[in-house]
Amino acid sequence: MENHNEPLYLYPVWIRFWHILNALFCLTLIITGLSIQFSNPTIIVKFRAAVAVHNVAGVLLSFNYIVFFIGNLFTKNGGYYVIEVSGYFSRLKAQFHHYTIGVFKKEAAPFPVTMESKFNPLQQFSYVAVMYIVLPLVILSGLGLLYPEITVNSFIGISGLDYTDLLHLFCGFIVSIFMCIHIYFCTFGKTAISNFKSIINGYH
Amino acid sequence: MIYRANVRPAWVVLVLLLCFAVAFALAKHSDSAATAKQADNHEVPEKIDMTKFKNSETNEQCLKCHGQSKYTYENAESKKMVNKRMYSELIIKRDEFYVSNHKGFKCTDCHSEEYATFPHSGNLRMESKANCIDCHGGDEKYAKFQFEKIDSNFMASVHSQKHSQDFTCWMCHNPHTYKINARTNDNLQETITYDNLICLSCHSDITKYELLTNKEKPNILVKHEWLPNQASHFTNVRCIECHAQNKDTLIVAHEIVPKNLAVKKCESCHAKNSILYASLFKYQVRENIKAKGWFKGLFLSETSTIGPDQNNTLNIISLALFALTILVILIHAVIRIQKSH
Repeated sequence: MENHNEPLYLYPVWIRFWHILNALFCLTLIITGLSIQFSNPTIIVKFRAAVAVHNVAGVLLSFNYIVFFIGNLFTKNGGYYVIEVSGYFSRLKAQFHHYTIGVFKKEAAPFPVTMESKFNPLQQFSYVAVMYIVLPLVILSGLGLLYPEITVNSFIGISGLDYTDLLHLFCGFIVSIFMCIHIYFCTFGKTAISNFKSIINGYH
Repeated sequence: MIYRANVRPAWVVLVLLLCFAVAFALAKHSDSAATAKQADNHEVPEKIDMTKFKNSETNEQCLKCHGQSKYTYENAESKKMVNKRMYSELIIKRDEFYVSNHKGFKCTDCHSEEYATFPHSGNLRMESKANCIDCHGGDEKYAKFQFEKIDSNFMASVHSQKHSQDFTCWMCHNPHTYKINARTNDNLQETITYDNLICLSCHSDITKYELLTNKEKPNILVKHEWLPNQASHFTNVRCIECHAQNKDTLIVAHEIVPKNLAVKKCESCHAKNSILYASLFKYQVRENIKAKGWFKGLFLSETSTIGPDQNNTLNIISLALFALTILVILIHAVIRIQKSH
């Protein structure tokens, strides 16, 4: 997907640190979340332990998200998430075409990684959606479930907890789907493991 | 003209979060205003029209002394009028009695006719008092209330087993104020509070608790410290949901179990097959459906428990979508590997 020779230093320490923690918390939350949802009979982790771990991991993920959020407000990294609207749809199509057909024909990636643009259009779309829509929602709804007394009692005849619960589950589901696809797409580097190495040593 | 949205998404989210915070604060404000209004409405005292009760005139002969905290009589020897205090447990409040289920009765329907003379004879203290089942047992008119089942469950309960004859129905249900609640009140919250106050009338009141046991009164808050969000649990769950057996046969279970058998597993309630839906909630959902129709009754419920309100269809759809994602990834990976060889 990329043809550069010079390694690019794309992932500064704070991003790598944030990323690995985010990955661990998300994984923990998905496993314990499933254990809470399907708890009787127990799958994977016992209910009480799952709730305790889920709560702690959720709070830690929220703090970690604040690091990501502030970092991307003020550092250069935040610029990678800015979507250039004009012609975006056709770029999205080109990237989709590459993943569905081009990649099998060993075609070069249409949007190789550069210091100016770290993400291809599909990555931009999915990262913005997950990091700036889904994650804030899952964190807020999680807070609403952690402290049910702050949740609005009812809205058009339905308990506020019902909405919060449903939103939390929906967002959690999106995150888990995202994680599967994200991990698979990381095998699209020079070799199957080169992108995994990049997020550890910082060089692409 | 080329349009470029040169704004970092983080700034957009920050603005949206601020809007959300304002909306949330407004929603909470109107929420608490509504609750306060509701509380105000409840404080309007009911005016009792004494003339509309068929036995109120007869009952006044008793209530002129037992209806308030003092009574007056003429001392036969000194011929003077004497004011005395009425013991609090012998006071029958008119405004409570005449809205209770037993409001149509004469005092002497249940108490001896001999009480008509004053001063009352000392022997009358030994009078045996009727229990619920003595009047309601075997009566078809009351069959739906399942008094026999309540009685047998109560007999098996720790209350009856530990305290034998001392523990009667009247320990929890005052016949002079008893008012049916779970079946007639569509406000679930009020039913829960009503039921819990019955338990708390002894379990948080040392003077009543000491009548039956020499044990030190337990501190309910400390005993339930293990319970997360204790306040929410106490206001939204009835004590008997965890402390009684045979919940699925009665709306108000009466078989209170010893503390070591009380429910202590979170998933007993917070899972699909929640025990909460065995009695009161099941009844409420059924009544809701009867009153509002299938869709509204089932889905437009203002109460919610995290866990049991799972939608099976949604569960299946989400699992299927997840499996589909994995399948597509696998197919993609296999084709990629094949093409690379």
